[in-house]
Amino acid sequence: MKELLDIFTASFKVGLMTFGGGYAMLPILQREVVETRKWVTEEEVLDYYAIGQCLPGIIMVNTMIFIGQKRRGTLGGIAAALGTVCPALIIITIIAAVLSGFAEAPVVKSAFAGIRVCVCVLIFNAVMKLWKSSVIDWKCLVIFILVAFGSLFTDITPVLFVVASAVVGIAISCLGVKSK
Amino acid sequence: MIILRLWWEFFKIGMFSVGGGMATLPFLYDMSDRTGWFTYDMIADMLAVSESTPGPIGINMATYTGYVTAGIPGSIAATLGVITPGIIIVLLIVAVLDRFRKNKYVEAAFYGLRPASTGLIAAAGVLVIQIALLNVDLYKQSGNLLDVFNIKAIILAAVLLVLTRWFKPTKNLHPIIFIVASAVVGILIF
Repeated sequence: MKELLDIFTASFKVGLMTFGGGYAMLPILQREVVETRKWVTEEEVLDYYAIGQCLPGIIMVNTMIFIGQKRRGTLGGIAAALGTVCPALIIITIIAAVLSGFAEAPVVKSAFAGIRVCVCVLIFNAVMKLWKSSVIDWKCLVIFILVAFGSLFTDITPVLFVVASAVVGIAISCLGVKSK
Repeated sequence: MIILRLWWEFFKIGMFSVGGGMATLPFLYDMSDRTGWFTYDMIADMLAVSESTPGPIGINMATYTGYVTAGIPGSIAATLGVITPGIIIVLLIVAVLDRFRKNKYVEAAFYGLRPASTGLIAAAGVLVIQIALLNVDLYKQSGNLLDVFNIKAIILAAVLLVLTRWFKPTKNLHPIIFIVASAVVGILIF
């Protein structure tokens, strides 16, 4: 029970301090689950993230369900899902109930302009950490560049990139391409 | 039974939106046409609220719609609805994945997946940078190249970069502290 509560708390923090969509959750996730609690490695986060991208639902919630499941089975997965959505549920309900002009208030806009700048820096730091555990040779570098640019400059669905890179990974292993 | 119906409608959204929160938009328009629970204008409002509040946009949309339609029980039902498919499917996948984890081909697939994951996240980061640090619209209006850069934001970003990566006393602080501090700085300078 105590462990389930801890999974819920960690997920709650991940769900709480994330702004402007799911990607900003990553730095908090790394801190809470990888560095402080050591439940999963950076590699596992990337694996779960890639699979979560191809599944129905919300990517970061899916990623947290994987992590909760790994820690404490099915109940752990459910605790992680509930924890991740709980902050949004509370905050949005309050906003819908009492703060109708919330998004347009100048002070809110300025605060979020500041937060967005911070999120840029945090995502940059997160990517540098992930880089170390994923781009381990020149073949990975090629995959990274193709996917990053493909995703930036085309409308191709991320699902396709994930499937294609998995196929490429298997092909590289079967063909035995040398690392140097 | 509106609560069950909300849960079910958002279950379907959670089921069919693959690849990020914006994927839920077409489903919301469709839901508006069929149920009359909310108007297109309210979807636009939801988007505005979602962009400036915590949490993934899909969840925010569900909570907001649920609340407007049926109060607090509605917001809980809709939010649970949108995450239920993910819970079921992830738990099923884990059962399969565990069995094949040590399989040579699965390991090879993840070798290719990891840099792709990092690439997708990096691309998303570039989009955030474009919104937070650049004024693309202002530049298009004025044609003055200097207008592209949001100078105050770039200085704040540089300071944060130093504090989070190199400055010893602060670099190990929790990211939440930097987010809160940036909100305060944002109120003061923007």
